[in-house]
Amino acid sequence: MVTRGFFSGRRPPSDTDARIPPGQYLEQGFPVLSAGPTPRVRTEDWSFTLKHGPRPIKKWNWAEFNALPQSKMTRDIHCVTAWTKFNTPWQGVLIDDILADAGIEPPSAFTLAHSFDGYSTNVPTKDLVTGKAMVALLYEGKPISPDHGGPARLLVPHLYFWKSAKWVNGLQFTERDEPGFWELRGYHIYGDPWREQRYSGDP
Amino acid sequence: MSAEPQLQSPWQAATITRIEKRTPRVTSFWFQPSRPFTHLAGQHVDVRLTAPDGYQARRSYSIASAPEAGAGIELVIERLDDGEVSPFFHDVAEVGDEIELRGPLGGHFIWEASDGGPILLVGGGSGVVPLMAMVRHRTLQKSAAPIALVFSARVWDEVIFRDELIGLDDRRDGFDLVLTLTREQARRPSDYSRRVDARMMMQAMERLSKAPRLAFVCGSNAFVSAAAEALIEAGVPAGLIRTERYGV
Repeated sequence: MVTRGFFSGRRPPSDTDARIPPGQYLEQGFPVLSAGPTPRVRTEDWSFTLKHGPRPIKKWNWAEFNALPQSKMTRDIHCVTAWTKFNTPWQGVLIDDILADAGIEPPSAFTLAHSFDGYSTNVPTKDLVTGKAMVALLYEGKPISPDHGGPARLLVPHLYFWKSAKWVNGLQFTERDEPGFWELRGYHIYGDPWREQRYSGDP
Repeated sequence: MSAEPQLQSPWQAATITRIEKRTPRVTSFWFQPSRPFTHLAGQHVDVRLTAPDGYQARRSYSIASAPEAGAGIELVIERLDDGEVSPFFHDVAEVGDEIELRGPLGGHFIWEASDGGPILLVGGGSGVVPLMAMVRHRTLQKSAAPIALVFSARVWDEVIFRDELIGLDDRRDGFDLVLTLTREQARRPSDYSRRVDARMMMQAMERLSKAPRLAFVCGSNAFVSAAAEALIEAGVPAGLIRTERYGV
């Protein structure tokens, strides 16, 4: 439906068009969104736990986690609130390297990411491995600020950015695809920006 | 906490039925959806504009009207000078225009009268909009749940819903309005002239009969960060604080 009198718009340059998913606009800033107050997690209190169901597999403290192999990823990110930001540079530990350090293959097809503030989000395991995702420790070469999820946030850049859990403190393999915080509150179970899977019920 | 599975809410046409300027930069638009829905206080809708060449711009706007108000929904749109969608509404949109929207959306930043109180609401600028839906919902439900609204605006003339809020405050029925102006002197004896802080939050909570069961904070990211930290410093557990940020 064409909107009467709407012409101008903030069209992206044509050379970037193909990088902007449907319904998104290009944002130069880095907006902050969260469901509650920003937790201040001190690195001395920080830990990351890998679990299979209720059973802990391995736990790392900040120093141990930072000693894992570090990788860099520069990616476009897409927030469900409709902004897209190009070329965000991250550094951290690939989920592949976390699993390798724990000495395991992924034990199930589904994963829940958990955060210090009680937030959770579900991601199929295949979307976390083979270099697709990391636990990011640096943004633009510097420690991630608390409002952007520091000390560490999940980075799953090919899904809407609520899947990239801020203040992440663990991954839990689950037997079923268990909805997380926003997925229980009307947001899509998978969240592919290219298929515009914003809300539950979207195709 | 309600976490009902959300029914699919596809895009639909809605007709603008009324437009009313609220402050120099803020205007209310009433929409009558072609397929009416009932929202919860605090929810939002997504609005989509389409240009003749197919280009689309979409934004989320909180609903200001109470669920039981009927006759469509009120959205409050602040003009952003470098915006893409808000200038369209302020400069082009007219009563009778059809706009596409989908909703209601959001299952976290909501309050129902049946949830009870006391509730502490903290809004900065147009962040008051979803909180206004809660205040209006309380009134129309004749709820006795104590609610205090701390509302920060730059100046008196930018206090959105000012007359309506002061009118509700004057009823002394358990709703308390605490205004704070950051660039002007307070006009009412009980109001403040500074940015929100922990002392202001403690004094607002003294107006409630007991500690709030939930606090809702909405505004710019900078405002929400400051207000949430003030609430925590005032003793509100972080787990009881729900935030909604404009993002920038």
